[in-house]
Amino acid sequence: MTGQALYAVVGCALFCLGFHALVVAAHPLRRLLAVNVMGSSVFLVLVAGSAPGDPLPQALVITGIVVAVAATALGLNLLLRLSVPAADGESGGGESGNGRQPS
Amino acid sequence: MNGAALLPLLVLWPLAGGLLALVAPRGVRFVLGAGTTGNLVLALSLAAALPAAGPFNHAVGGWGAPLGIALRADGLSTVLVLITAFVAPLLALHASAAYAGPERRYFTGLFLLCLAALNGLFVAGDLFNLYVTLELLGLSAVALAALGGGPTALAASLRYLLATLTGSLLYLLGVALLYRAAGTLDLAQLAGQGTGLPGGPLAFALMAAGLLLKAAVFPLHFWLPPAHANATPPVSAALSGLVVKAPLYLVLRLWLSIYDGAWPLVAELLAALGAAGVLWCSLQAVLQPRAKLLVAYSTVAQLGYLLIALALVPAAGLTAYGAFVLLLVSHVLAKAGLFLAVGNLARRARHDRIDGFERVVQHMPLSAGAIALAGVSLMGLPPSGGFSGKWLLLQAGIATGAWWLVGVVLLGGLLAAVYIFKLIEHTFGGSDRPDATALPRRMEWAALALGGSAVGLGFLGQPLLALLGGLP
Repeated sequence: MTGQALYAVVGCALFCLGFHALVVAAHPLRRLLAVNVMGSSVFLVLVAGSAPGDPLPQALVITGIVVAVAATALGLNLLLRLSVPAADGESGGGESGNGRQPS
Repeated sequence: MNGAALLPLLVLWPLAGGLLALVAPRGVRFVLGAGTTGNLVLALSLAAALPAAGPFNHAVGGWGAPLGIALRADGLSTVLVLITAFVAPLLALHASAAYAGPERRYFTGLFLLCLAALNGLFVAGDLFNLYVTLELLGLSAVALAALGGGPTALAASLRYLLATLTGSLLYLLGVALLYRAAGTLDLAQLAGQGTGLPGGPLAFALMAAGLLLKAAVFPLHFWLPPAHANATPPVSAALSGLVVKAPLYLVLRLWLSIYDGAWPLVAELLAALGAAGVLWCSLQAVLQPRAKLLVAYSTVAQLGYLLIALALVPAAGLTAYGAFVLLLVSHVLAKAGLFLAVGNLARRARHDRIDGFERVVQHMPLSAGAIALAGVSLMGLPPSGGFSGKWLLLQAGIATGAWWLVGVVLLGGLLAAVYIFKLIEHTFGGSDRPDATALPRRMEWAALALGGSAVGLGFLGQPLLALLGGLP
């Protein structure tokens, strides 16, 4: 039980740390990483809060990780397009929802 | 068809259309039309079946509450599904002329995914499905906002992405705390439990903060004006009209069902934020030199009215609830119409500086008319939907003795008149230049239909409130 409480406290501390970085950091990549840290901390709190053997939080966290990966991919794609000089600004229409690079 | 069986279809139909459009490049125009009109048919069937058969429940795949996906539709869900479904084909009509080539394909795919997320959010029955639909909505909205492709639009989209992810994570942290305390995520099982749970108030504060950030409520609106003003017109209309309403709907649902509208402090805080948003952002709208930014700030201001109505629901009951829904629906229609019309004007003039707008009423009478009609509803003049909503809001305010609110609503209406007339002044009037570029007429008709519906809603208030039914 103390282990679980520890995980929950660490999760909350990480969340605050990530939020702090999000507010303070100037570079968009750092801010994207900060959001990732916040996401992981929420998953930690979710798992720590479950009764032993309860499958539901694990299912939730797996879903959450998939969502976080998709969101990070989209963010990185936007960042890439921002950092490339506006050479292909014309065809830059397609940010597909899953963050794929249009060929 | 059985009403409950419609619920999964409302998610699956647009989802299938969206994926199809992203995978297969051919027949995109057909997919967009079939996706949005099919969705409208489903929504109309749901609304027709609801009064007789009552609230619908559906367990997807036969899996029940703790593990499965529960879908529910009551009056509020149905009204929101219906208004979304009504606006979508008109936006699709405009988009079919506004985009070409790969842009049209990306718009079709992302817009239909966005539609699936909205429908899923409105009929979701548990807190985690709400999280998934919120994220799906946020991601498709960000990708739509980036569709314009310019560096300003991309930077604004990135800011939008960070804001919407932060909002979702705050919400999810609140959900984690609730699950830890209650051991369930089902909205029906949690009904009325929130105040008594350990950590319940903290969970509410986290969820509400996250959702208000996603709804761009003053003072958390910093990301909205650049993202909405730099997107392409059908996207701006979808984002400003539909997407920001979803988190507010969720605040209402969570607060009223899980927390029974608890804590007078929450109501006071929401009302204060709403009033400050109405006044400050209306003033910002008046000061904007660019038309699309003006319309975007107007969105934040109008969200303030929704927040005031929401805050009054526990005290004033059905009157405030009706005001919330009428204001929401009329703003969806008016703002979508206004963004499309201003987009038409900006496309013709190749910029969106208000003082540089040509006087276009002879060349674009439909778009100019759409601005005027949408403006009537935003200002709250009779007989529009905006008027009915504000009328109910004033009644609710007077009934609960919140007299300051009357002043805020009237002042907000005056400021709205100032910024709408600023637009109208540069749109109406004789032109001395020959017509250079003509836009496809369907782009103008779509805007006019939305603006006209916002005014026409004033006559449909009663049937809408009847469909809505009692408090959730």
